[in-house]
Amino acid sequence: MMKVSGWSLIRFYTILVYVFMFAPIAVVIVLSFNPEQFGCFPMKGVSLRWFFKLAQNEAILMAFKNSLILGSLTAVFSTTVGILAAMAFVRYDFPGKNTLNTLLLAPIMIPEVILGVALLLFIRWLQQPKTFALLVIGHVVLTLPYVLLIVQARLVGIKKDYEEAAKSLGANPFQTFIEVTLPLLTPAILAGMLFSFTISFDDITATLFWATAQNQTVPVKIFGMLRNSISPEINALGTVMIILTIGAPLLAGYLSRKFTRGD
Amino acid sequence: MQNKLWKPAALLAPAMSAVFFLLVIPVGFIVVYSFWLRAPSGADIPAFQFGNFAKFFADLFYPSILFRTIRVSFETVALCLVMGYIPAYFFYRSKTKYKATLLLLIMLPFWISFIIRTMSWINILGDTGLINHFLVKLGILSNPLGMLYNEGSVLMGLIQYLLPFMILNIYVSLEGIDKSLLEAARSMGCTEWQAFREVTLPLSLPGVSAGSLLVFVLTAGTYLPPMILGGPGNEMIANLIFKRVIGTLDWPFGSAISVVLLSLLVVIVWTYNRYMGINQIFKSLQ
Repeated sequence: MMKVSGWSLIRFYTILVYVFMFAPIAVVIVLSFNPEQFGCFPMKGVSLRWFFKLAQNEAILMAFKNSLILGSLTAVFSTTVGILAAMAFVRYDFPGKNTLNTLLLAPIMIPEVILGVALLLFIRWLQQPKTFALLVIGHVVLTLPYVLLIVQARLVGIKKDYEEAAKSLGANPFQTFIEVTLPLLTPAILAGMLFSFTISFDDITATLFWATAQNQTVPVKIFGMLRNSISPEINALGTVMIILTIGAPLLAGYLSRKFTRGD
Repeated sequence: MQNKLWKPAALLAPAMSAVFFLLVIPVGFIVVYSFWLRAPSGADIPAFQFGNFAKFFADLFYPSILFRTIRVSFETVALCLVMGYIPAYFFYRSKTKYKATLLLLIMLPFWISFIIRTMSWINILGDTGLINHFLVKLGILSNPLGMLYNEGSVLMGLIQYLLPFMILNIYVSLEGIDKSLLEAARSMGCTEWQAFREVTLPLSLPGVSAGSLLVFVLTAGTYLPPMILGGPGNEMIANLIFKRVIGTLDWPFGSAISVVLLSLLVVIVWTYNRYMGINQIFKSLQ
């Protein structure tokens, strides 16, 4: 009896933690359907008014376009560079391997504020303007460690035997990579791209240092709108972001599972 | 040997040069700039002097913000431990078939933008927010209670941002415990609680400390929750950096404050690495 009540307390506590984590997010979604101009509660009905307003806002559409392009470029560059590095770490032995691996993962432990200031300072010293390219290279640095972790973990699980079999059958290293390693790596590549896209799409802390009025991303736009006050329009924008960044991976996971089952 | 080394070197070249040119050198620039002077015109003058650091420690204004940063970081770590250990233990012991889903849910906030998670607390704690709305409606309060723009609301934002890191770190370390150790303890007559205290808890400490370090470092370097959910008295050191660099464009002083923050973190991470080893951190992130 004692044991049962102890366990149910643990379960209850866990549920409370989930409520704490998700109530604010749920409220953002609920309030985005609030038709009123001011105030959060009480809600007087349900409407899509603020979503329509968003769709007509040129500046926000521009920010969405920027964020999508930025996230896609970051995903491609970061995943390419990350896969090459992961191949080196998993498939070869060389002196200083662990040190280099830790160095490449280090950006996770460096506060984004420092990364933001550092890159901006460097660009300033080079007397270059803040451009869209600065955002891309900055986001590649931000996302590279995560891609490396994901791809490396996956690569460790792929037996070297397949590659050696291909080689012994006469394939050259390039053919082996294209025909054997790359197909086996596809899930890791997709996961790495999805992850780096999401980090880039969502990032605010470092991006606020690198963005200008001309190349705002959606989170930077939300930050700017918050200066006035919180409004249903911001909640609606938040809801669209949440649906995009959570819906996309869920859809991808569902499709990949369906795809593999169909095989 | 030469022949074997060029392949990994070529594979690593893009990643290494990205980190070297976009991280190592730029961070070096912060250190160099922190010794420079700022002309009244706003131009930066190359110099080697400690004036920026002297300014930081000249009176109590800046050190008190540094001190607050450390205190709030410790508070966040403590609260994340209190709120995170039990759910992590629940995942470890639970036999529910929804375990994978529950774990996925706890990682879900990683996929939601930090700015949205931060501002979402305004809807909860604000004057017309969820809590005040119910308290006034139920007649418990006649006027809304001011719950925003204080340290409490900043901590809410910080915990919601960092709790998943703590839970995952503790969970990974709990999952690594050999379950036969627990059975052995139980068969030797330990009660459930004793077995937890003597076996599970000590063996989960690597995860606890790794999670604590990660939460501390991420709290000390963040400016968003104090900026959005805090008042003027809740600024942390990253807010100072943001203001100097983006607001007043005082690069040398902004760099000096960045160096102070970096030094604090280097001391913390170095101490941790000496006793615990840094690789535990990366384990949970996989």
